[in-house]
Amino acid sequence: MSEHLKTNNALIKWIDHRLPVFSMMNETMIDYPAPKNLNYWWNFGSLAGFALVVMIVTGIVLAMQYTAHVDYAFNSVERIMRDVNGGWLIRYIHMNMASFFFIVVFIHMFRGLYYGSYKAPREILWMLGVVILLLMMATAFMGYVLPWGQMSFWGATVITNLFSAIPVFGEAIVVWLWGGFSVDNPTLNRFFALHYLLPFVIVGVVVVHLWALHRFGSNNPLGIEANGQQDKIPFHPYYTVKDAFGVGVFLLAFSGFLFFAPNFLGHPDNYIPANPLVTPAHIVPEWYFLPFYAILRSIPDKLLGVVAMFASIGILFILPWLDRSPVRSAKFRPVYKWFFWLFFANCILLGWVGQEAAEGLPLILGRLATAWYFIHFLVVLPLLGVMERPKPLPVSISEPVLSGGGGLAAAAAKPMEKA
Amino acid sequence: MAADSAHASQQSQDEETRRDFLYLMATAMGVVGTGAFAWPLVNSMNPSKEVLALASTEVDLSPIEVGQSLTVMWRGKPVFIRHRTEAEIAEAADVALDELPDQEADADRVVKPEWLVVGGNCTHLGCVPLGQKTGDEKGEYGGWFCPCHGSHYDTSGRIRKGPAPENLPVPPVEFLDDTTIKIG
Ligand code: HEM
Ligand code: FES
Repeated sequence: MSEHLKTNNALIKWIDHRLPVFSMMNETMIDYPAPKNLNYWWNFGSLAGFALVVMIVTGIVLAMQYTAHVDYAFNSVERIMRDVNGGWLIRYIHMNMASFFFIVVFIHMFRGLYYGSYKAPREILWMLGVVILLLMMATAFMGYVLPWGQMSFWGATVITNLFSAIPVFGEAIVVWLWGGFSVDNPTLNRFFALHYLLPFVIVGVVVVHLWALHRFGSNNPLGIEANGQQDKIPFHPYYTVKDAFGVGVFLLAFSGFLFFAPNFLGHPDNYIPANPLVTPAHIVPEWYFLPFYAILRSIPDKLLGVVAMFASIGILFILPWLDRSPVRSAKFRPVYKWFFWLFFANCILLGWVGQEAAEGLPLILGRLATAWYFIHFLVVLPLLGVMERPKPLPVSISEPVLSGGGGLAAAAAKPMEKA
Repeated sequence: MAADSAHASQQSQDEETRRDFLYLMATAMGVVGTGAFAWPLVNSMNPSKEVLALASTEVDLSPIEVGQSLTVMWRGKPVFIRHRTEAEIAEAADVALDELPDQEADADRVVKPEWLVVGGNCTHLGCVPLGQKTGDEKGEYGGWFCPCHGSHYDTSGRIRKGPAPENLPVPPVEFLDDTTIKIG
């Protein structure tokens, strides 16, 4: 795999000599050497990128029809749905792709947890991913406010009020966020400005995320470093084709929701115009916030609830230092593997609790699940790092293949040519 | 020789500290200058003059019967006005202060005991508690109940149970005559 651009086109050569964009594209997307054993869980990175592009394209077109004013916002969205040519399609794509974007990113992250992709030397890559998650959450939260329905308004009220838990400055910060004494027109305006801006900030962080990725290349299902050229294949055509196939399957599932159940993931109350005098009987955030909302509600103290909710994401930043096990992939970690699935189930449980009223059984389960969420990171992972006995690792990525599924003998005989 | 070179290095060290000083001053100026220009941008997001100007509301209390409530808007938020019954007033006044999470006497929260005027947003995360309409659930203490995360307020609008940390706030209230108040 040569890192040099192969072309006979004189214009491309001329440009590339002065501004090596073509070489760069070649190195990152065409000749880029990727581990040859990546499975389908590795599709979700490029899928996330695809979703981001769809959000930006549909968002810009929506913004041409949308009015960010408390008196017009709701009606401008209804106008998009009824009068604008294909407006319903564009809005439903934007609405449902927001959900699918989160599904994809959550799977992408669980992939990282299972295969230990956050471990050295990929800590910064992982942390940039957490930054992207936070930016996505901010973007989606502010986007949900724009249609100015009941859930928009009360979601915005509840979430901005989280900041009033900050000692001393809390009230001043909330008034500053609102630009008034309640969620109102100034709030809607600035949320629109930021909702337009943040996706482009995400693009910027994604570029840095990929920069960090290409420093050491992708992790892989075995979690061992690729050992030179025999462990790698060029990104194009192998992974371009595989990723494109993934996009096809993804779009199939997406179209199911888009055309047959476009409001399934939303809340009907958001089709009632915002009313500052009446809170809906049961306010719930969008589904992708539910586990975090459950953590917030399971703690009876306001400040501690807010702290726990932010900590549940913040803890991901220090994950690379909490998990001390030298082995990356859960394939070779017989105990961690079970705790991974327990953690996964616990997250689903938190999501379920988040949409129930905070009383009785859901409240108790929510408290237990919240406790387990933190115990997993703060107790289980550090302990496993020292107590677990990992299974023996294969010598290289090629070895299990060349030796027909195992054994060290074949590995020794294998050619070790270096790139 | 040795003295000479010691002298030279002394001098270059002197120069370095001077240069360090200049670096430090220049950087500090840059930071302060940027901060000074960032402040107006940040401050522009605070409530503007016309938002602040909408700061008071007058309410006619005469149509509200004993036991009834009215919700009015003040600064874009609901304000609860309750014409309290004798029983409600007594209940609010009789509570021992040390039973309250946020200790405040009922007498300090009202101008006239029969008229309770409090902000209508839960001090937890801002939902509008139930209890204004006759059929509403009023919570375990007969005042208001916030369904969002289960906060109970008493007949003085004080928090008694649930995640809300503070009592419903009392806005500035002034009686213009017997049946008219100005809020704000
Ligand atoms: C990270 C990418 C993005 C996410 C996660 C996101 C998320 C959302 C969400 C959840 C809604 C509410 C949909 C609804 O219930 O109606 C929304 C609405 C909206 N978004 Fe975005 N968005 C993104 C990017 C953008 C961009 C780049 C623009 C414009 C340049 C944009 C413009 C709009 C507009 C105008 C609305 C209001 C119309 C509507 O409610 O459908 N979005 N967004
Ligand atoms: S907002 Fe009232 S209890 Fe949370």
